[in-house]
This record gives sequence, structure tokens and C-alpha cells, in this order.
Amino acid sequence: MAVEVRIPTILRTHTDGEKAVEGSGTTISEVIDDLETRHSGLKERLVESGDLRRFVNVYVNDEDVRFLAGVQTPVKDGDTIVVLPAVAGG
Amino acid sequence: MRYESLLDSVGETPLVGLPRLSPSADVRLWAKLEDRNPTGSVKDRAVLWMLIDAEKVGRLRPGCTILEPTSGNTGISLAMVAKLRGYRLVCVMPENTSSERRQLLQMWGAEIVDSPAAGGSNEAVRVAKGIAAEHSDWVMLYQYGNPANAAAHYEGTGPELLADLPSITHFVAGLGTTGTLMGVGRFFREHKPDVRIVAAEPRYGELVYGLRNLEEGFVPELYDETLIDSRFSVGPRDAVRRTRELLEEEGIFAGISTGAILHAALAQAAKSVEAGESADIALVVCDGGWKYLSTGAYEGTIDEAEDRLEGQLWA
Repeated sequence: MAVEVRIPTILRTHTDGEKAVEGSGTTISEVIDDLETRHSGLKERLVESGDLRRFVNVYVNDEDVRFLAGVQTPVKDGDTIVVLPAVAGG
Repeated sequence: MRYESLLDSVGETPLVGLPRLSPSADVRLWAKLEDRNPTGSVKDRAVLWMLIDAEKVGRLRPGCTILEPTSGNTGISLAMVAKLRGYRLVCVMPENTSSERRQLLQMWGAEIVDSPAAGGSNEAVRVAKGIAAEHSDWVMLYQYGNPANAAAHYEGTGPELLADLPSITHFVAGLGTTGTLMGVGRFFREHKPDVRIVAAEPRYGELVYGLRNLEEGFVPELYDETLIDSRFSVGPRDAVRRTRELLEEEGIFAGISTGAILHAALAQAAKSVEAGESADIALVVCDGGWKYLSTGAYEGTIDEAEDRLEGQLWA
């Protein structure tokens, strides 16, 4: 299962400056594990004791995974995953 | 309708159907026209509640200086109320906000302190907190953490929606301070718990996410994720496209954040159609398009508009 994962500026030190990388897996968690094999250190920046870190938001096809199944949210071929830091609006 | 003064006319906004954008007779969209408030945005509700609350508990006294981090509408609303009540207002505002917003603030007599474009509202909050620490006598109403912000919607927007649309199944609003969603969300959790609460969060260009480290991220103190059922991230392209559709199809000239909200509402409507469910989906029109004309969102192709919004705080 190939999915595109968009990486925010602040985490591109782990992807050699790449804005988007390809990952594979059937859930967010599996995709993150797969990315970690090529982009060392990324997982620790995203996940803490099995959950997304407080200031990290992850979206599958624009939907926030916290309101789906969190890191267990299923992904399928062709999905787009976006990672963004939480910032203020208003 | 008659009111004693402008401030008494906040709220009780019209709810209008969107017959051409609604996908079917069973799945209908309804727009709550918050641009009909005195300074033209939904923020008049929160500002009036926060101000009255601060006066009641004695935090605000005549001659006080009010300080607030704001990307626009809250500041504009505060500026109008502050002028009427005799307060001085200092707004901390990211420099990448539209010129109309700055002109309106100055017109009502507010002073503007710029915060860096990189980092967006995060930086405005940080700068404002720094200024507040230096001026202990200034009053920061602090829309991101002030319960009166959400209370305005718990007491006003929520009950108005239920009265006008008893069959409501979904409520869709923008996620900024989270005040609208928290207040309306809590109201429906208590009064009609099957109503689903949907958040539309603007996704800006990379400049706005220019943090030095992830620990500088920001989640408003008001935010309680148990009051929300789904949350969509909407980029400028979809926001502009929907803003234009709203004008083309229904004649409503709204700001760009409303386009983002409409995008999430239409996504929800499509899900309801697919599931074979009937739905009455209410969404918020936060403000009119006037303040965003200079951003170029309303002219040329969608591609051009998207390019022009890059790096701007468009919601």
C-alpha cells in the first residue's frame, strides 16, 4: 500500500529536506514504522507512548485521525497523509 | 426589529437555506449569517460576552487598556466596543493579515502592534503574553482561553439554531479559538446529543507553521476534543473554490474562512447521501467578503487566487 506523506518544514531534517515521502502500511501506525526505517528519528517526533504527540496533527485525506481511529486509522493505496504542527487560529 | 443601541443588536442572526448547494431534498444545508452582526462577523458575540463578563467581575474599569492577540475580526469587534465604552485597545496582529483589517482597526481607534508573519497567530499570542507581563495593569481578555467566548455560543448561537432548525443533525464551524465549536458543541451535547459537531480547520502555507520546534505548537485552552466529532483540514484552494460557489449558486458574498467551512459541510453532506441518511446541516458564515478583496481571492482563476493566498492568514 503506497501512500504519500507530507512532512512539515520543521520535521524535514529527518527526510533530507523532502516535502513529501512515500510510505507503506495498512494503518497510520504501520506507515510511521515504515518511514522510520528510512527516515530515522521521525517516529519519536510524532508519537509518544503509542499516541500522537500533543502538538502533532495527522490527517488522512484531510480528516484529522484523532476523530477516526488515531494511529490505528486505516489507510489505503493512494491516500494522502498530511502531518502538521498544531497552531493558533482566530 | 428595534434595539436600544448597536450592542443590543448582537446575535439573533438569520438562518437561510442553501437550496442549490444542497445535494437532495433529504440532505439540506443551512447557513447562519453571522456577517449580520454589528461589525460584520461572528466575533461580535464572543467579544460582547467577554467584555460584559470582565466588567461584571471588576476586571475592566473605565479608562482601562485592553490588549488582545487577534488576526482581525476579534480586534475589529473589540475596537468598536472599546470605543463605545471608553477603553483604549492595543491589538497584537500578525503582519501577514489583509490591509482592510488594519484599516478597520485604526478607524475605530485601536493601536496595532505587529507580530512576525512567520508563525502566524502563534507568534501574536506569544508577543501579547510578553506585553501583558510588562504591563500588569492592562487587561487581556484572551479569546483562546476565556470561557465567556464559548459561553456566547452556548447561550446564543446554539439555542438560536435549535429554535430555527429543530431537525438539525450536524453543525459545522471554523476552528480558530475553538469558541464557536465549544459553545455550540456543549449546548447540543446537553440538549440534542445526536447532533454531530464538525470542525473545519484552515490549512495555511508553510510560512505560518514556521515553528522553531514542535513544543512551540499551540492548542487553545478552551479546546475540548470530546465536544467535536470530526475535524477537516481545508487548504486555500478548496476554501476559495467554495467561497466562489457560495456566491455563484446562492448569492452569498462571504469571507474565505466560510469557504473552508462550506467545504467541510459539503463533505459531510456527501457522506450522508452515501449512507442514505437524511440530514439538516447548519454551517456558519463567519463574515462577508469585503475585508478580503485585496487578497485577490475573488478575481482571476483559482490557481491565481491560490498563489496569492500563499503565506497569508486568510481565515
